[in-house]
Amino acid sequence: MVGIVGYGAYIPRNRIKVEEIAKIWGHDAPSYKKGLMLEEKSVPSPDQDTITMSVEASHYALKRAGIDPKKIGAVYVGSESHPYAVKPSGTVLAEAINATPDVHCADFEFACKAGSEAMFVCMGLVQGGMIEYGLAVGADTSQGAPGDALEYSTAAGAAAFIFGKDNVLAEVEHTYAFMTDTPDFWRREYEHYPRHAARFTGEPAYFKHIVGCGKGLLEKSGMKPTDFDFAVFHQPNGKFPMRVGKMLGFDKKQIETGWLCPKLGNTYSGSSPMGLTAILDVAKPGQRIFMVSYGSGAGSDGFVFKVTEQMAKVQSMAPKTRDMLDNNKRYLDYGTYAKFRGKILKAE
Amino acid sequence: MRDVAIIGVGMTKWGELWEKPLRDIFAETGLLAIEDAGVDHIDSMYVGCMSSGLFVGQEHLASLLTDYLGVKHIPAARVESACASGGLAVRLGFIEVASGMSDIVLVSGIEKMTDVTTDGATFALATAADQEYEVYHGVTFPGLYAMMAKAHMHRYGTTREEIAMVAVKNHQHGSMNPLAQFPQKITIEHVLNSVLIADPLRILDCSPITDGAAALILAPIELAKQISKKPLVKIIGSGHATDTIALHSRESITELKATQLAGERAFKMANKKPEDIDLVEVHDCFTIAELCVIEALGFVEKGKSGKATVDGMTALGGKIPVNTSGGLKSKGHPVGATGVAQVVEIVKQLRGEADKRQVKNAKVGLTQNMGGSGGSSLVHIMEVV
Amino acid sequence: MSSPRYWREIPQRYRFEGAKCKGCGKVYFPPRLICPECKSKEFKNIQLKKEGKVLTYTIIRVPPSQFVDQAPYAMGVVELADGVRVMTQIADCDLDKLDIGMKVRVEFRKIYDEGHAGIICYGYKCVPA
Repeated sequence: MVGIVGYGAYIPRNRIKVEEIAKIWGHDAPSYKKGLMLEEKSVPSPDQDTITMSVEASHYALKRAGIDPKKIGAVYVGSESHPYAVKPSGTVLAEAINATPDVHCADFEFACKAGSEAMFVCMGLVQGGMIEYGLAVGADTSQGAPGDALEYSTAAGAAAFIFGKDNVLAEVEHTYAFMTDTPDFWRREYEHYPRHAARFTGEPAYFKHIVGCGKGLLEKSGMKPTDFDFAVFHQPNGKFPMRVGKMLGFDKKQIETGWLCPKLGNTYSGSSPMGLTAILDVAKPGQRIFMVSYGSGAGSDGFVFKVTEQMAKVQSMAPKTRDMLDNNKRYLDYGTYAKFRGKILKAE
Repeated sequence: MRDVAIIGVGMTKWGELWEKPLRDIFAETGLLAIEDAGVDHIDSMYVGCMSSGLFVGQEHLASLLTDYLGVKHIPAARVESACASGGLAVRLGFIEVASGMSDIVLVSGIEKMTDVTTDGATFALATAADQEYEVYHGVTFPGLYAMMAKAHMHRYGTTREEIAMVAVKNHQHGSMNPLAQFPQKITIEHVLNSVLIADPLRILDCSPITDGAAALILAPIELAKQISKKPLVKIIGSGHATDTIALHSRESITELKATQLAGERAFKMANKKPEDIDLVEVHDCFTIAELCVIEALGFVEKGKSGKATVDGMTALGGKIPVNTSGGLKSKGHPVGATGVAQVVEIVKQLRGEADKRQVKNAKVGLTQNMGGSGGSSLVHIMEVV
Repeated sequence: MSSPRYWREIPQRYRFEGAKCKGCGKVYFPPRLICPECKSKEFKNIQLKKEGKVLTYTIIRVPPSQFVDQAPYAMGVVELADGVRVMTQIADCDLDKLDIGMKVRVEFRKIYDEGHAGIICYGYKCVPA
């Protein structure tokens, strides 16, 4: 049996509300809130980045896994906001959790599915017997161009998963991958902000790939949507995951537990992985979880998880995702937000 | 060990000396001290300077300065103990004469700080703190002393006004010192309304960035009696101690252990007690430092320094005048020079040359010089013969 | 920040590694070669506790240049649960809520970066517990 043996998430304390952003650009806040099904998003402090959040989330994953970090054979960080263009986030993480030096490391990139990608590869290495444990992290502190619709949703967060064969908390029963070359959303080297193709990012991109992967996963596993207690999809806004879930045959109740976007925003490579951690925080033995991520460019990774008896023992060993989301928040005004996100042009 | 006297002092006005390079500032004060002493040669030289390398890109000061002072080929050494470099130079010069190794020794302190921007000066000064475990995390010197102030206020109830009074008093004294960088008088309101640097310290709690030098000529007492026509000032005690460089590693955040130990050692050597001292020059790099120092030296009980200052105990005319020169706050703080300038003030006072800021019947004086946030300290006690 | 200087302190900056004296049990951070208390040269590698309380603090308003965008920020001397004291920034805390005695815990954060092109320096900060 291969699966998740430890998991953790990290959400920065700062938040900014849709109204605060809309005020600056003269947008109609209620219509953005309704259209995006989004109220507020998380904002990293200037001293937080993909690496710092990965470290904290991984510490929580290690607490739940209860393993010696030296036994981790691979450390993978998936993000579209790695702090360095050349020098992996994974090496800092691996040092911080004391997994070095006998460990494989790589950084992953595939827009918002870089996290689930890391999970996919880790799981495969464990299953193949190449490593005993693998750590996969999805984390981002993505940027939204000022005044663009994406500014409302680009948020920050991290989710970390340790995969292994012993004391599994959630078994990986099936996986699926679905991808094409689709230029819906991209960022060129040296560009500060990404670009996107507006409405093209919907049906031919997000929906096509999640549905394609989802259907493939259901077929491969021989299961129906009603076999699942939970479903989690990539959450670029509050609306899309609900809609795509419905398209695949899932209902609101199944999607709700992992549906963090309305209060969190889109944490990009952390998006569906963080939704998964919120589900793992409350899932009971025997329950099944359906997860399909999405990364622009474009592709989706799919997983079917089955929760084991071990899960109940570890859920309270580290902070729960919903607790981090709902409590201890600090609201920022736009000026502070712009300063924190480096959007203000300073003299060199 | 021979008895050692200070037979010459030299000091020029301190401030932003744009026109003068380091070597000229040094030579000027060195020549004044030599003239004041009435000697025709010197045997060796000590120069206290914290960071000429970072401030003006110049090391190897011993050779540069003996040349420019016109005393080629004599043995000379530049010594460093952060802001206590000057005090250290005094001690080493004293030891060289006391031991019989040399007869006439020039002790000088110098710093030229204004060739770099404020940022460059902050960077150079920060080398006196723990680079990896203090400075790396973003602390500044005002920050370190501000933490001492917060702790002192929390532990003893010392008030913001009491701390500010140190600056007011020292400026009052400095207004009578023609060589002071900032001889303006200030009020408590000025201090409390000045810009915040690191809570609770404001800019008027902080000593300035200054260019300047000070110099002394030391000689064994028998030779001094032959040469000097002025009242002889004898160094009767010298104490030196180190403590951890990092504030967080100290036994107590509000207690300056190095100063306390250096003071005890100096008092023991001089066979004196705090009650025997007529005036003191201490290291008020920040207002709170003066309060902690007078407690560490035993002039007031721990926690009572704030009230003592407000009550006038440490003002000219008070029980134990502190910093009649204006202190670092008003006189200025060219880092390496401070420890020597403190001795210059005591010598002038003990000789009766302090003019408007003269302490009546001054017979015994004490100087306390300190490095960084208290990591090193030198205390000297002098008596007029 | 020079690369070797930064890299050398990684065990302390990233993993909070200290040393416990085998002679008298005192904990040192960073580790050292000889115990000033009992003069023992034998130490055991340990990881410091990540909970503590603030002994004193200040708010830096005029920072060194690499911290200019972070000002004003809080710094404090924090006493950890194992008795070791560290100097750290106190992050994620409203400046008017700082207090002597407040409980904090340690988090991994970015300390500063060297402009747009230099290395990124990470380390430990405290946040309200």
